[in-house]
Amino acid sequence: MDFEKIKILITNKIEDADVEITDLTGTRDHLGLVVSSNQFKGKMLIEQHRMVMDILKESLKEEIHAVKIKTVTKD
Amino acid sequence: MSNPFNVLGDQSTPPNSGQEHQEQEKSENLNERIKGIVGSSDIFLFMKGTPEAPQCGFSANVCALLNHLGVPYKTFNVLADMDIRQGIKDYSNWPTIPQFYVKGQFVGGNDIITELYENGELQEMLKDYLPKE
Repeated sequence: MDFEKIKILITNKIEDADVEITDLTGTRDHLGLVVSSNQFKGKMLIEQHRMVMDILKESLKEEIHAVKIKTVTKD
Repeated sequence: MSNPFNVLGDQSTPPNSGQEHQEQEKSENLNERIKGIVGSSDIFLFMKGTPEAPQCGFSANVCALLNHLGVPYKTFNVLADMDIRQGIKDYSNWPTIPQFYVKGQFVGGNDIITELYENGELQEMLKDYLPKE
């Protein structure tokens, strides 16, 4: 899947997000995602991941086999 | 072959402390059926494959972490049951497998379990189940 498309999907919902994507397996369908946003502040890890997962839910059915998510706040 | 997603590395091959869940009675209602499965063990993992033969690197990693801690857990192989494979995603509103549950509560998938392990929260969460020295 086009990495730029993923970045746009995420920043459409989490506006201040910086998104870093790496191809974990060389097949472009196991992705490593580092998302940093201040919207994660004060939220539990599961909630932070849910925010990202909700955005990728549809893509995960077809184009992406697996994602590895890391969420961080900006400061 | 080594698993690129195994955070413990290949040197760690502790004995398997997980066991595949054997379903006795299947409820007609999928939601009830899932509740029954999740409730069969305080520590439960929906995964691809079995603890002996995981079919996905992420599932294998969660098993490796649980084996490393030595906590008893039960598993369900979603590849063997399409109803549960989709049903569990709807149940937790989480789109991927593996899915890890403690006392019926969804805790997270591979990334969350790995992060909780690395910062010690997983050990704290499972402290009552750790083997006695």
